[in-house]
Amino acid sequence: MKRKLFLIIALLMVASLVLSACTSKDPAPVNNGGDKPTGETIKIGGILEMTGNIASFGQSSRNGIVLAFEEINAKGGVLGKQIEFVLEDNKSIQVESATAAQKLIQQNGVAAILGAVASSNTLAAAPIAQDAKIPLISPSSTNPAVTEVGDYIFRSCFIDPFQGVVMSKFAIENLGAKTAAIMTDNNSDYSIGLTEVFKEAFTAAGGKIVSEVAYVSGDTDFNSILTSVKNAGPEVVFIPGYYDSVGLILDQAKNNVGFSSDIVFLGTDGWDSPTLFDLAGDSANGTYFSNHYSPDADSAIVKDFIASYKAKFNGAIPDALAATAYDAAYMIAAAIESAGTTDAAALRDAIAAVQLEGVSGNIKLNEKRDPVKSAVVIKIDGGAQTYYSTVEPN
Amino acid sequence: MDLSAKTIEFLQQLINGISLGSVYALVALGYTMVYGIIKLINFAHGDVFMLGAVFGYFAITMFGLSFYPALIVSMVICAALGVVMERIAYKPLRNSHRVASLMTAVGLSLFFQNFTVYRIGAQPKAFPRSAPVNWNVFGVNISSRQVLILATAVVLMIALHFIVQKTKMGKAMRAVSFDRDAAMLMGINVNNTISFTFAIGSALAGAAGVLVGQYYGVVNPLMGTLYGLKAFVAAVLGGIGILPGAMLGGLFLGLAETGVSAIGYSTFRDAVAFAILIIILIFKPAGILGKNTREKV
Repeated sequence: MKRKLFLIIALLMVASLVLSACTSKDPAPVNNGGDKPTGETIKIGGILEMTGNIASFGQSSRNGIVLAFEEINAKGGVLGKQIEFVLEDNKSIQVESATAAQKLIQQNGVAAILGAVASSNTLAAAPIAQDAKIPLISPSSTNPAVTEVGDYIFRSCFIDPFQGVVMSKFAIENLGAKTAAIMTDNNSDYSIGLTEVFKEAFTAAGGKIVSEVAYVSGDTDFNSILTSVKNAGPEVVFIPGYYDSVGLILDQAKNNVGFSSDIVFLGTDGWDSPTLFDLAGDSANGTYFSNHYSPDADSAIVKDFIASYKAKFNGAIPDALAATAYDAAYMIAAAIESAGTTDAAALRDAIAAVQLEGVSGNIKLNEKRDPVKSAVVIKIDGGAQTYYSTVEPN
Repeated sequence: MDLSAKTIEFLQQLINGISLGSVYALVALGYTMVYGIIKLINFAHGDVFMLGAVFGYFAITMFGLSFYPALIVSMVICAALGVVMERIAYKPLRNSHRVASLMTAVGLSLFFQNFTVYRIGAQPKAFPRSAPVNWNVFGVNISSRQVLILATAVVLMIALHFIVQKTKMGKAMRAVSFDRDAAMLMGINVNNTISFTFAIGSALAGAAGVLVGQYYGVVNPLMGTLYGLKAFVAAVLGGIGILPGAMLGGLFLGLAETGVSAIGYSTFRDAVAFAILIIILIFKPAGILGKNTREKV
């Protein structure tokens, strides 16, 4: 009996260990991207995934924002004031995103917030911004629910219904697929939303979903669910997930479970990270995913953006996260300029009316505060992303 | 010979489950050995496993070692770490209340995790490895990685059995486990024996870390928590303190998790592992092998 009690106490203690591990991931300091604070600055907050599971996304987004604000400040800032960027790390988790929003609004007194990347994290921060009536622009949260939080919440990227339809159409029209399997990250609003959209579009177009399996972000063993998928015999496998899991899935599919190369893996903008290649290696070749922008696109504004990004960040090529974050930063600057004030209500109206040519396409918001713009399909080939096609919104 | 689709799927899942289970078994062995000898549940054990994977990662990326040398290097470093950990953190508390040691273990676990995050960052790292060979046996796919993980685990378990049963040190371990004071009176160096147990247990955890690294291809500083917990469940399931029990528990847990995923409840796999723990604590707290054998290490 004593031993049983001891084991139960032990278990409880470990449970507390897991919880504390969730909140104390990384003490790493985060760089502040803005100029030196003076009395005459406009503070813009940032909530980004600087550490944790999808840190690559947060870091790219930060770079995009920092570059945009530097360019704007070099041209004299907005309303004659410099922009100061106050960045908070949400450690890729929801609780920290909400805490960061509180801190930015109450302690730093920011005029607006940029972030977060993952829809789940933005959904945690958005209600706080909405209640405080501080405009929030997410650069890359594609779940429709994000802007449904309220009229102070905006985004600079397209939304999942569009992205899901693009990939479903691509599977049917370009690959001639009639059967598909879907692997969903049940811990992510983004993944669950895209699964619904893809399923609906694919079956409406006469396709059949032969297998649906789920995992949760942070899993490392996918052999078992991949075996189920393989035995269902799909022509394409749609994985609306993030690169950290997807990289492992692609590797295990080919190397542990023995998927044949005829089965094509399809994904969405969550795949856009070099870490995917590190994790998946050659197994990533021959897959396709939808994205916001491609550095191969032929436009002057994109070329300028790539050149200045490379100059500032040691020759790194900006990914889509950097592109949409760069656009979000320009959106907020343009809105402050046209509103002529940082007063919240006026700023909100100005963001809703903003129109600009961004590096990720033309930005014009619809009545749901979502931009209507094109998507690109990217093929992974030879360990690199290559531009495949552009799909316009209809 | 042609097998039906159902049979192929079953065999495939069986292979997946055994590969996963053999990792749990290796980690569980360390838990159970330490528990057997000083009645401490060493919750830092999962993090020794994580550090094993990290050492293996650096042995391969920085020193260009191939898999087996990296495995051995990682096992040696983990063994040393286990000894140091025992000497610094647990030995001074050996005669105090058991909860004190348990708290220390939890503290150590947090320390290892956060120290690793501080040193190498929280980003998952891709574990370097060579391309596997896939064999198709009657439609069932067997990867060379799965063979590697299973073969290495079996060899290590046989080696452990040999050490415990056939060597003088093994005899001392069994004696200390049976009755520490009596063993001391018989002239056994109890301190050295306990250190040796920690060394062996930690080396096995380190090996499991490297195996997981090469199998799944990823290493991150927080990976130890969940594997440590699962291995703890495996150890309790088999009967904590009993070596064959840890192996059995690990395999059972691996198969149970894979089975749950296979029938379509993949998101419940962690829940199943802990449900097993609760059930075993209620109905048979001594574990599956708890009554059949008195042999402890």
